[in-house]
Amino acid sequence: MQKALVSIAIAASLGLGATAAHAAILDDVKAKGYVQCGVTGGVAGFSAPDSNNVWTGIEVDYCRALAAAIFDDADAVRFTSLTSQERFTALSSGEIDVLSRTTTWTMSRDTQLGISFVGTMFYDGQGFMVRKADGIESALDLSGAAICIESGTTTELNAADYFAANNMEFNSVVFVDQDEVVKAYEDGRCDVYTTDSSALAAERSKFANPDEHIILPEIISKEPLGPVVRAGDTQWFNIGRWTYFALLEAEELGVTQSNVDEMLGSDNPAIKRLLGVEGEFGTPLGLTNDWAYRIIKHVGNYGESYDRNVGPDTPIGLERGLNALWTKGGIQYAPPIR
Amino acid sequence: MTDIGFVRSHLEESRPAPHRTSGPLAWMQKNLFASPLDTGLTILGLLFLLWVVPPLFNFFIGHAVFPGGTVEDCRALNAGACWAYIYSEIEFFIYGFYDIDQLWRPNLVFLLGALLLIPLAIPKAPYKGLNAVLFLVVYPIVSYYLLAGGVFGLRVITTEKWGGLLVTLILSVIGITLSFPLGVILALGRQSQMPVIKTLCVAFIELIRAVPLITILFMASIMLPLFMPQGTTVDKFLRALVGVTLFTSAYMAEVVRGGLQAIPRGQYEAAAALGLNYWQRMFFIILPQALKHVIPGIVNSAIALFKDTSLVYIVGMKDLLEAVKTKNDSALEWQSSNTSTTGYIFAAMVFWAFCFGMSRYSIFMERRLNTGHKR
Amino acid sequence: MTTLDTGRNDAPRVSFFNDPVIRGIIYQVVVAVILVTFIAWIIQNTAANLAAQNKTTGFDFLWRTAGFDIGFSLLPWSRASFYWEAFLVGILNTLLVAVIGIFFSTILGFTLGIARLSSNFIVSSLATVYIETIRNIPLLLQLFFWYFAVLKAMPAVRDSFTLPFDSFINQRGIYVPRPIPDAQFGWVWVGLLLAIIGVFALRHWARKRLEATGQRFPVFLTSVALLFGVTAAVWLISGASVTFDVPELQRFNFRGGVQLPPEFVALAFGLTIYTASFIAETVRAGILSVNRGQTEAAQSLGLKDSDRLRLVIVPQAMRVIVPPLTSQYLNLTKNSSLGAAIGYAELVNVFSGTALNQTGRAIECIAMTMAVYLTLSLLTSAIMNWYNARVRLVER
Repeated sequence: MQKALVSIAIAASLGLGATAAHAAILDDVKAKGYVQCGVTGGVAGFSAPDSNNVWTGIEVDYCRALAAAIFDDADAVRFTSLTSQERFTALSSGEIDVLSRTTTWTMSRDTQLGISFVGTMFYDGQGFMVRKADGIESALDLSGAAICIESGTTTELNAADYFAANNMEFNSVVFVDQDEVVKAYEDGRCDVYTTDSSALAAERSKFANPDEHIILPEIISKEPLGPVVRAGDTQWFNIGRWTYFALLEAEELGVTQSNVDEMLGSDNPAIKRLLGVEGEFGTPLGLTNDWAYRIIKHVGNYGESYDRNVGPDTPIGLERGLNALWTKGGIQYAPPIR
Repeated sequence: MTDIGFVRSHLEESRPAPHRTSGPLAWMQKNLFASPLDTGLTILGLLFLLWVVPPLFNFFIGHAVFPGGTVEDCRALNAGACWAYIYSEIEFFIYGFYDIDQLWRPNLVFLLGALLLIPLAIPKAPYKGLNAVLFLVVYPIVSYYLLAGGVFGLRVITTEKWGGLLVTLILSVIGITLSFPLGVILALGRQSQMPVIKTLCVAFIELIRAVPLITILFMASIMLPLFMPQGTTVDKFLRALVGVTLFTSAYMAEVVRGGLQAIPRGQYEAAAALGLNYWQRMFFIILPQALKHVIPGIVNSAIALFKDTSLVYIVGMKDLLEAVKTKNDSALEWQSSNTSTTGYIFAAMVFWAFCFGMSRYSIFMERRLNTGHKR
Repeated sequence: MTTLDTGRNDAPRVSFFNDPVIRGIIYQVVVAVILVTFIAWIIQNTAANLAAQNKTTGFDFLWRTAGFDIGFSLLPWSRASFYWEAFLVGILNTLLVAVIGIFFSTILGFTLGIARLSSNFIVSSLATVYIETIRNIPLLLQLFFWYFAVLKAMPAVRDSFTLPFDSFINQRGIYVPRPIPDAQFGWVWVGLLLAIIGVFALRHWARKRLEATGQRFPVFLTSVALLFGVTAAVWLISGASVTFDVPELQRFNFRGGVQLPPEFVALAFGLTIYTASFIAETVRAGILSVNRGQTEAAQSLGLKDSDRLRLVIVPQAMRVIVPPLTSQYLNLTKNSSLGAAIGYAELVNVFSGTALNQTGRAIECIAMTMAVYLTLSLLTSAIMNWYNARVRLVER
């Protein structure tokens, strides 16, 4: 009996944490002192532990920005790595406060799962990777190919759609775990590996000989990847959304991690509003007025995060493309802070 | 009395010792070349060994790259196992993402566990009762606070960072400790005279035993959050632990039931005649005899649980196997054709050592406890 | 004193709470109430959660188009197939690998179990090493090992090993020609069926004769002759013929024929290797359980060796072997769910994996998956109970 009681006590202390059902998420987060952020099990450049086992990546930076805005501390965040199958339940059950895990924004997810996408952190599209030696130049040459796919993703449906639409046949090999998908492709089980083209680039960079593999030019789907929050809490949704916009706005205004302190003295009214020198933009969100200053100070702006994690100088080497600011030919666009 | 027909009048010459009943030659004749078929099998077996052993030896030892070697050595044409890779990543394999400057905490937990378990396992060591309480009650609590932190100024390290062998061991030690009493209760419930309790236990046991662990873990990770009131969260680690424990307890229950059925009815009746109540009958008379019968079964369930912890990757946890797989794929500086094979072999050897140890210990205990039931 | 005359004691008067019967009822009521409350609580929570997430429930999704591809299927499958077809495909794939695994692991397991008891030192040591190694390593690890070992060992498509009869082996699996019987071939099946009925009749007759006259009849040889003879004769007479769909190398892969993908091969192989080590132990225990006196008694009755094994030893050993053997078969079937990890399209992969994710119907999909395994298990238990009742020792 005593043992049973003790084990219950252990179980309770191990992590049966109840949070009030309808309390504001922000209050919860402030009370526990950190943001719980759902990420992948490891997609280089997006969310992956580095050699010191510290989580890095563009999606991780978003979570850190959120933590910085709330706590003025980019490390006040804890990461939960989730499989693609459990990510939405984890979010809607409150296990995590925000999901930032290469998640594609689709209508059914937005409307049927009790979750809300805050924006598109990364415009992506599904592509195909093949071995150079096979001499394939277009995805239309792929009829009859064996394709490695991760289970439970939009990728699986897109591939079937694309091949059906082009009257081609294929043979799919579906794994529950991303690692096995890549390994099976690498070992020659499949002719083609398909997923979001950014992830293709990330995986290619990890191969022993990246040059033996090419990514085909066709992009067969729209994959807007963005952070997700639970539906129904407008305040938290706005914090999530404006954290993302602040990252963009800072880049557009040329405010970087290194010059943000000088910029506090800037005469540009837009910069003044962003950094909280002028106007009251933080408090209505439930944050302080220097919320965006904190973000940039700790994490940097969108462009810096992009260059640091997936940009052309990293092993992943992705050009900005669609993800450039609207002023530079891309479609990343933040509404004005005013 | 009657006539004795024959009385030997002199001693018979002592006969020579039988030809080779001992010594290596006789042993060989008896065990290797008893018949033509046997000889054939022996030769086939030796050929098989000759075919298998040298390459294995070369892979594991002869051409293997030991700590101190570089990745270039591992990439060499006929290099064997790349132990240098294991050596350089060993911290991740054992502790996962655990903060590197805090590794003394899991180490202390390992050490405490060994210090408590070894005297518990040696039959002659004194203070069994105290030791058991320490190991089963105090140790888990101390270990939890040591690992998780948050008290005495220890830094908080959440369960998400636990990984590798640490997770495998915690899951199996706690799982075995909890599933055993749970299994005993279920087995007693299954034998109960009360129809409601009996039905409940039978349904639970049969349902759990019928489905694969993987679906139970799926349930724990995907469906459990739906079953709880909104906003309640259960730690991932705890969910996996509950899943594995419930699964094993159903198997334990069936093992224990086998033992209960082997106890003659007379024992139940005699115990009742002594005026003992139900729990006294069970704990002092029936269970000690029944459990002794089923030690191998219990240990087999424990071994199965230990191996099953490798499935927690389904809920995204990094146990030993998953940690090895992670490094196999992500340790770019160690990429070579033998790296991942070496990783798998390392994991296999660790699992094997623990399971084999457990099974040998069970055989030892079985012999020791075999008190006079031999007929 | 008068009470003694009644010849029986009235139940001793005890307080209401100490009466075991009433106590039992109270316990049960308490347990039942707790259980019902608990279930109601779960249902209520689930309903609230689903409502909050704006999720729909129900099994209507089964009649929706699946829209994804399944790599290996015994039924015709396209992206336009329905979810219930995916469910069937998953079940069939699970059963296929389970049946193949059971077949081979039984053979290997019996061989190893007997080998471990062999008086030959080398043979028994080899068997022991095999059993003790394989048993103590997690199956999942072995599956990863075998799958990637198989992949690495096989040649690329263009360098396929060519086997006799237009068969090929490469990284994409094993390709063999697919037989296509023509319309006349139905007669061959009919012939085979008749032959099988004939064999049963023959056995019945032979046993009757043995019991009546003590004369033996070579049943086995006659049966084989009957099976082959009748079938071949019908084949010739009906003029049935079989053509073959031969696999041919296309741009990427072979097309046509029957393809056994490496996921299937690795899973079946891994399951066989793993389960055989457990079956071997079961078999060993069964053989050891037959008392030596039984052998001696059979010999003293004058039974010849083959009859002694067939009529005395094996039936007794089987009584010990079969129950654990069945549970090993069930374990193998359940373990086939690990195929999801190496990309084999079995039930858990297809239905609890892909279908669950594309529809979001977690409860429905997992419940249906569990129901399949539960049904298999209950069916097996029922058969086992029947078997146990049949072979039970009837004592006194």
